[in-house]
Amino acid sequence: MSDQTGRTIRDFVLSRFPGVELDDDVDIFTLGFVNSLFAMELVMFLEKEFGLRIPNEEMSLDNFRTVSAMSALVGRLRTPDAASVGEA
Amino acid sequence: MSTAAPPGTAGARAFVDTELIPHADAFDRDEAIPEWLLGSVAEHGWWGAVRTGSMVEFAALHEEIGRGCSSLRSLLTVHSMALYAVDRWGADALRERWLEPLTAGTALGAFCLTESAAGSDFTAVEASARPAPGGGWLLDGHKKWVTGGERAEVFLVFARTGRGVSAFLVEAGAPGVSRTPVRGLLGTRAALTAEVRFEGARLPAAALLGAEGMGTAIATGVLDIGRHSVAAGSTGIIAAALEGSVRHAAGRRQGGALLGEHQLIQRLITRMAVDLRAARALCRDAGALKDAGDPATLMATCAAKYFASTAAMRAATDAVQIHGAVGCSDGHPANRLFRDAKIMEIIEGSSQIQEILIAQHALTAAGAGRPRTPEGGAS
Ligand SMILES: Cc1cc2nc3c(=O)[nH]c(=O)nc-3n(C[C@H](O)[C@H](O)[C@H](O)COP(=O)(O)OP(=O)(O)OC[C@H]3O[C@@H](n4cnc5c(N)ncnc54)[C@H](O)[C@@H]3O)c2cc1C
Repeated sequence: MSDQTGRTIRDFVLSRFPGVELDDDVDIFTLGFVNSLFAMELVMFLEKEFGLRIPNEEMSLDNFRTVSAMSALVGRLRTPDAASVGEA
Repeated sequence: MSTAAPPGTAGARAFVDTELIPHADAFDRDEAIPEWLLGSVAEHGWWGAVRTGSMVEFAALHEEIGRGCSSLRSLLTVHSMALYAVDRWGADALRERWLEPLTAGTALGAFCLTESAAGSDFTAVEASARPAPGGGWLLDGHKKWVTGGERAEVFLVFARTGRGVSAFLVEAGAPGVSRTPVRGLLGTRAALTAEVRFEGARLPAAALLGAEGMGTAIATGVLDIGRHSVAAGSTGIIAAALEGSVRHAAGRRQGGALLGEHQLIQRLITRMAVDLRAARALCRDAGALKDAGDPATLMATCAAKYFASTAAMRAATDAVQIHGAVGCSDGHPANRLFRDAKIMEIIEGSSQIQEILIAQHALTAAGAGRPRTPEGGAS
């Protein structure tokens, strides 16, 4: 399940940046290819793909730094309690 | 005729024809949109369109308003950006206080990003906010070119804090906030533009939008809305240029024929008519992607803004050309469209900034390049 989440996220990043070597713990923001439009694309992608709303308190750069961090974020927001906060 | 209104805007079209176009040159001359017009827009519910309808409809409305008066459309643009930010990132207390009045248009919002040293590169903002003793924030800074700044009740302000750039919603009437109208601008002269100063302005804790340090992300999000509006408004400029040009070309004779019978004039009209369809299609595409929550909307909106604003400048230039001396005269609509169109190539990320963003996207998508970090430009 979380493997699948990670794969989906990795595929999205790779679709935008083909040919980049991306393991799940690589800090995307240190690779030098992320601008603020891409950061916003990541937010929109996660919200649409996984049907969530990322609440303010989760909008920290650290949550988007790596594929693992994004998978963990999705996992947290998918638990019923957190999901209701997200949709508030 | 290809200037036919986009769907869903029948009410707006009639309003623009009867309430807006007949007065737009006077607003431009007087450098102010009058209160009665702000009130009419509120009666129609148009101030809240960014959250009450689809983004396809939002663009159709902003196209129609832009066909009549780019100054009014600019006020709608920055207001929509502020409203969107409150809706998306405001804490409960802020939403309770401002969401309804901003949606109804009983309070107006404006957007304060640009400073003397922070234009296209908005990450250079020097305005700053520090925690106030006893809670909240103290804001200092000097914002320039604030569309609607003379009139707005609230400002969406970007300022540096301990954790980077943060976004705040600031009441215009708060102590320490002052504004100075900016007169004599080249275009959108009636958009009530002002410089806004914050001198130790005290903000409640709930004024912070999103989390501290989220300012760049919020700016990116609201600029996407602003670009969508400017793309649509620019499409409206093309429609107005085409309407005026066709009317003139069908009525004036030179060289033994109507202007519209000369093929060189037909070429200018052809370009406008095709650009109008293309710009409208790009706006619709960007809007549909927004409505679907699709991240591809960000790039689609850059493309729409880039195309529509540059095509609006072309169309307005050609409209002046077709009108000849008449179009150069004070108070002529072609004269106003020409000046307003130029502004569209500068605000919400200039044409050069769009070229950087669009080209980098194309290059990286082909695995051929890595973007540095250009920022989007303000309003
Ligand atoms: C009528 C009007 C209304 C406005 N309303 C608002 C508002 O409501 N709120 C707000 O915050 N701001 C507003 N602005 C400011 C506007 O957002 C800025 O003018 C815009 O972001 C460009 O910044 P600048 O004017 O400092 O130009 P600069 O950034 O100095 O750019 C000057 C020129 O250099 C080019 N350039 C800049 N960087 C690069 C680069 N990296 N590569 C190549 N070329 C580059 C630009 O395209 C431009 O042609 C308004 C401006 C106008 C004219």
